[in-house]
Amino acid sequence: MKSANYIQESNVKTLLEKMPTIFKWVSFLSVLLLPVIALAAGADTKAMSVEYRDVPGIGSRNLVWIVAQQHLLLAGFVLGVPIFGWVCEIVGWKTKEARYDKLAKEFTKLLTSAYATTALFGGILLFLLIGLYPKLMAYLTDMFFPSFLVYCLLFLAETATLYMYWYGWDYMQGNKKAFHLFLGFLLNLFAIGIMIVPNSWATFQASPVVVADGDAWTRAWMAMQNPTWWPVNIHRLIANVVLGGFIVGAYAGIRYLLAVSREEREHYDWMGYVGNFIGVFGMLPLPFAGYWLMREVYQYNQQMGITLMGGFLAWLFILQAMLIGVLFLGANYYFWMGITYRIPGSENSYKKPIMAMLVVLLLCLGVWMTPHTLVASLAEAQKMGGTHHPLLGVFGVMSAKMTVANIMILVTFMSFIMYWRAGKQETAGWAKAAKAIMNGLLAIAAIAVIVLGVWGYFVPAIIRINYFSVAQVLIVGFIMVTFTPLTALLLKSAKTTTEMVWGKMPIRAGYCLVLNAVMVILLMSLMGYARSSSRVHWHIYGVMRDTSEYAFSPALGYAAAFMSLNTFVYCLLVAFIFWVATLGDKAKAQQAQAAVADAPGGAPAMAGGAPSSGENFESGILENHK
Amino acid sequence: MRGPITSGAILLAGVFVFLKFILPLFTAPLPASLIYLYMTLAFSGIMLYGTMSASSLESLMGPVFRFLSGEGQSGTGKLARLAVLVLFPLLVGWQTYTSLAPSDLPPGENRTIHPAPPGEFVGLANPYQNNEANINMGKGLYAAYCSPCHGANYDGKGPAAKGFNPPPANFADPGTIAQLQESYLFWRIKKGGVGLPVEAMPWKSAMPRWEVELPDEFIWKIIMGEYDGAHQSPRTWEEDD
Repeated sequence: MKSANYIQESNVKTLLEKMPTIFKWVSFLSVLLLPVIALAAGADTKAMSVEYRDVPGIGSRNLVWIVAQQHLLLAGFVLGVPIFGWVCEIVGWKTKEARYDKLAKEFTKLLTSAYATTALFGGILLFLLIGLYPKLMAYLTDMFFPSFLVYCLLFLAETATLYMYWYGWDYMQGNKKAFHLFLGFLLNLFAIGIMIVPNSWATFQASPVVVADGDAWTRAWMAMQNPTWWPVNIHRLIANVVLGGFIVGAYAGIRYLLAVSREEREHYDWMGYVGNFIGVFGMLPLPFAGYWLMREVYQYNQQMGITLMGGFLAWLFILQAMLIGVLFLGANYYFWMGITYRIPGSENSYKKPIMAMLVVLLLCLGVWMTPHTLVASLAEAQKMGGTHHPLLGVFGVMSAKMTVANIMILVTFMSFIMYWRAGKQETAGWAKAAKAIMNGLLAIAAIAVIVLGVWGYFVPAIIRINYFSVAQVLIVGFIMVTFTPLTALLLKSAKTTTEMVWGKMPIRAGYCLVLNAVMVILLMSLMGYARSSSRVHWHIYGVMRDTSEYAFSPALGYAAAFMSLNTFVYCLLVAFIFWVATLGDKAKAQQAQAAVADAPGGAPAMAGGAPSSGENFESGILENHK
Repeated sequence: MRGPITSGAILLAGVFVFLKFILPLFTAPLPASLIYLYMTLAFSGIMLYGTMSASSLESLMGPVFRFLSGEGQSGTGKLARLAVLVLFPLLVGWQTYTSLAPSDLPPGENRTIHPAPPGEFVGLANPYQNNEANINMGKGLYAAYCSPCHGANYDGKGPAAKGFNPPPANFADPGTIAQLQESYLFWRIKKGGVGLPVEAMPWKSAMPRWEVELPDEFIWKIIMGEYDGAHQSPRTWEEDD
């Protein structure tokens, strides 16, 4: 009781101490929203005759851009986390390992904190859209009103379920756990509903369909079923898991850097590993989902497809390749560091495979990032005979990109398998044969993917798209589906030669997790701009033209600045939300700190407190910096 | 025994020499932007591999940190450190100056080669049957109107090609017409270089506006002839096509 009072008092004290900061934030937001408030106060009553309203200074489109992107990113996190949080809870329930349940609860804690902010931004976005784009909103309301009601119901159901799921966590243990898991299932079900209903509004804007006569429900349902609805649904669902995983990883990375006790270090090191794993797990099928989406866009409208992939937005896909490349490298780098730091003495055994994987990843990334049309000076272009390089120009088309994406996915998957098998010695009699078969299959798969990629240049586009690319995906999928259970079976009877030690990762591992999260946020901001700009000067493509003063696509440099701004603002928001979510932990940590202050290594990892095999050197570097 | 710093430096130098001097022996020289991109990747690889474990980090960065910290240095070592600390900022400054200083060189090419077609050309299908007679007629028209620039072998190497910059498109390259639908070609032939949209600026195409000389029928048949002659297929969404 005394302890509880202490925590509450401590929280209040902390809040009071932070009041000036909170006050500054509220003041800042108020100033930001002042033009909108002023505008609303001065708005006339001729709502139906007003097509657009503007916000002085920042401009209506930019304001909507920022708010919509923040809402989407927050929503991505809020919808992605329950998926793996729930899976984690099931794992804990099945394996009876409390740490999984604890981790799932920690995921959900972050979710509850972010939920309200997401809803808040959704509300702001709605008000802004109604106020700034009344004509467009009137059209969409007329088309989709029944789905608005469904959305509201789903939102209510999601909120009620989340409350029960979170607040009932400790209560619903033991024989009530099954019901709690059922609540988790409902939470995900409603969350997916909440995602796909608004997706239909946005995808209708990009790929509207002819809506025949009928009652309001029929018309709404027909409009929802537009060509890009399901590709976007699937793409976003997977991307949300990736975003959630990497953000949770970044949270764990920061907590790891700040951890003072060994227990904390071990926990957040493990949590970082799980976050990275979830991000990678989602990242493996994501390029396939993106490919399907682009295929549908192309098939729906050639103009839109070319605007995105060959026209003025094509450079975004080179930036996308760079960001995805950094993500792949970052995620693998973290795996590899996990092997060398968490499994003492394993470094030399894995040097060669790590180098081989790194070289393959970099070569693939080099191909992925090579543009079709190169940036060249006049003299360089003259020497090349145009802006296409006669030899490397072949890397610029989809066949090459698809091939290297598949190889990178294959390498990343094998990186995980290697991590999984590290420090263990297979004892099964058939282990040798199984490993030989796996190696053989891997080699065949890699060769097949490359052969299909090269062959893709010599067949009609439709054959490449419908068969070769699909075959490449199926080959990689086959490897994943067969290797995972085979490895699990192999490791079931394996002998552990070196025990995995948690909490030994160097500080750069924490920063690596943060970098991955930043990359995925940037990536989503980039693709948000691409998806929106592909409509060019249309609110609803080919149906309702944008007649406002902003009926032009922002230049790429300008857009890049906004993407960076959105990423920065989102990182600040997430940091704030997590800070609030962990206020309670801080009081506990203060108590724990006092207890471990005298223990060896009792300093934050960021300050060199995480012991490792290279402790002396790394501490040495930091010492030198000091 | 080479240390990782020496190995890394040799590798970087090797990559640079290969890209800058060896590759151009077999093909066209690479633009600086591409060399920079590949060099960045190579450098990233060295840094990632060199910081994978505590011991590799020590081998790669230990000497660098010790050199820069100046700990226990005297004589030549001290002088070398001083020189690096002076020269490195100067190098950065020089690089910044050269990249910002006004130049009489034209800016780098960053043209959109395949801009999106206007709405009226989207979704058009070739109204003429894909049969031998039409293809042959298309090839004949191609020989008369297009081959002087685009070449009798559809490879962009016609007798007049050398007079143009950028050069005429090479239809045999799988990265050109094979990536496009027939309607796109119809638009480009009909409207020519002057019909390119704003996003394709600067307009540097010398492609004539063929609509003033050829009827639509000829243009559609030329498209058929082009695909057949270049051994390529247009992008379609139905396999029967």
